[in-house]
Amino acid sequence: MIRVTALIAALMLLPLVAAAKDAIILKTAVLKIDNGPVLPLSRLDLPAENDGFAGAAVGLADNDTTGRFLGQTFEATEVTAKPEDAIKAAEVAVADGAGVIVALAPEATLLALADHFADQNIIILNATARDDALRNASCRANVLHVAPSRAMLADGLAQYMVWKKWTEWMLIHGSHPADQLKADAYRRAAKKFGLKIVEERNFEDTGGARRTDSGHVLVQRQIPKFTNRADDHDVVVAADETGVFGDYLAYRTTDPRPVVGDAGLVARTWHPSFEGWGATQIQRRFEKAKQRRMTDNDYQAWLAMRVIGEAVSRTKSADPSVLKDFILSNDFEVAGFKGQALSFRPWNNQLRQGILLADGKLVVTVSPQEEFLHQKTRLDTLGFDEPETECAF
Amino acid sequence: MFKPLLTAATTALAIAAFAVPSHAGRAFVSNEKGNSVTVIDTDTFEVIETVPVGVRPRGIILSPSGHELYVCTSDMDYVEVYDPETMEFLHTLPSGPDPELFVLHPSGNPLYIANEDDNIVTVVDVVTHEVITEVPVGVEPEGMAVSPDGKYVINTSETTNMAHFINTETYDLDINVLVDNRPRYARFTADGAKLYVTAEIGGTVNVIDPATGDEIGKIEFAVSGVPPEALQPVGMRITKDDKLAFVALGPSNRVAVIDVATDEVLEYLLVGRRVWHMDFTPDEKYLFTTNGNSNDVSVIDVEDLKVIKTIPVGELPWGVAIMPK
Repeated sequence: MIRVTALIAALMLLPLVAAAKDAIILKTAVLKIDNGPVLPLSRLDLPAENDGFAGAAVGLADNDTTGRFLGQTFEATEVTAKPEDAIKAAEVAVADGAGVIVALAPEATLLALADHFADQNIIILNATARDDALRNASCRANVLHVAPSRAMLADGLAQYMVWKKWTEWMLIHGSHPADQLKADAYRRAAKKFGLKIVEERNFEDTGGARRTDSGHVLVQRQIPKFTNRADDHDVVVAADETGVFGDYLAYRTTDPRPVVGDAGLVARTWHPSFEGWGATQIQRRFEKAKQRRMTDNDYQAWLAMRVIGEAVSRTKSADPSVLKDFILSNDFEVAGFKGQALSFRPWNNQLRQGILLADGKLVVTVSPQEEFLHQKTRLDTLGFDEPETECAF
Repeated sequence: MFKPLLTAATTALAIAAFAVPSHAGRAFVSNEKGNSVTVIDTDTFEVIETVPVGVRPRGIILSPSGHELYVCTSDMDYVEVYDPETMEFLHTLPSGPDPELFVLHPSGNPLYIANEDDNIVTVVDVVTHEVITEVPVGVEPEGMAVSPDGKYVINTSETTNMAHFINTETYDLDINVLVDNRPRYARFTADGAKLYVTAEIGGTVNVIDPATGDEIGKIEFAVSGVPPEALQPVGMRITKDDKLAFVALGPSNRVAVIDVATDEVLEYLLVGRRVWHMDFTPDEKYLFTTNGNSNDVSVIDVEDLKVIKTIPVGELPWGVAIMPK
């Protein structure tokens, strides 16, 4: 099933500055893959239906407000498709003139899209897939990663653990592939920053409903048993991208230890409480437009749109290949409420960005931590740096 | 009913005026987190008093006459007006939502206010307290400057990355100039020949010819031992003789001194932490800087280019305005 909605830029208060003949029109398809319902442990984490789309819509409006002054128009279409319909849906959007695809899609779909459009003048912005493989062996020249990699998130967390001197980890990972990949990222980060994983446990997903009436009674007994008799550790690291057990850990582990990773203190790109570096402005702008809080996916989709908007206003072009060359050049920078200019790593097309570490209510810190130096930019202490990349375009 | 009250108020004013001699130079510092304004004696560098104001005070300016102090109390969605002699609250002015920075027409009226959340500049008559008009600009308007002849007000929009030239007679945007990322502040030279726009995330100051809107130069910053991303230009002041410009460089804790004739950086002065805004004493002997993360104000001796004093103020000092002569 494919669902298509035209996003009309909200703000058309002023007439276009330039005459129609030299007007630049950039069309984007925002493609979201529908993988069926998401079932979080807490009903507070049920995603909004327009998760990601809402961020793209605010980014589009921002671009179009700027475009008014430059004779540039930005248009976008929201497309929702099942994984098997993704290419067909993208083809329809491309036939309609879209030169840019902002993908809210998992790894397999993203790679299929990238290979399908490899010979066409189309660029794809990956707004949600975190797979490290996409930045290494499976990298594609026509895909720009706005989403952070798992390695960037894990490194951001590990740096703060070093700063806190919480050096001995108990790593609990889920049984799904995404959880295993996240566990790999935590292991890599621990090694990179000299931390020690003293205990590892696998939390098997045995199925069943996530949320049940009086389920807490069972969980209260289950988690202490599961975390019993672990080697001495400073902190529990949960590798649980699937959201099967992470939020069960805090206050229930045998040893009273903080929980970090995919529950407790979580490494992420955005948090609705974040107010640093002018972030209050985008929080308020988003909330006013969408009547809800801004999520990580919204932020990443917003930022993907802003990357495109910035490239169009600086190059005065809507040609995807011109935009891509500029985006990957040393001259490109975009502001994303992270206190410094964000730019792309040319060796794997990954956007450099700060990583927030936040609990349920507040941002605790932003990595990279000041103590971690780098010859080029401290942002490159997060994720795969140039010497270690396995990406070859 | 009213008469005794009026008499009492008049008496209180008379005492206040007597207690605080009007010839003392004074600086007013808005403390964003402290919800207060710190008043500093610019001769002795002592804090005279700390006055509670509305929530989240940021932009702060004085009328050219020195009779009114305007404070953007951002979370109150209006501008508060105080008598700078007594720090008596006078009234509020409508501002539009989330006012951050503003500028007065050289004649003292009207007031031009950047409203971050609504992509507009609100123009307010400070005498009638009425909104004259709202001018749509780019995304996240922030920096405000006025040309010395009063013909143009400049607004910078932080996400659109432009300097908008607002014609003060027609309220049209006559020129829109693309500048570097996150333009925070704009300032004209006294002769009106140059417009400087600071770009916080771009790490640069764009130099613009106000007659054409063309970029005629760009100032970049480098301090050994300081990561380049920490050099974030924000506030700016230029001496009246157009010889020296000072640029506050945010979390690098430095103020850059620039030769206006050549746009070369002459020196970097180490001040308090996260320096954002500045103002001169009327004789331009001293420059006061607000240091948000060390909760203090640094005093720079303009002739010697030395930091001579640190004055503790309220929580998260944001802006500073100094009484004109």
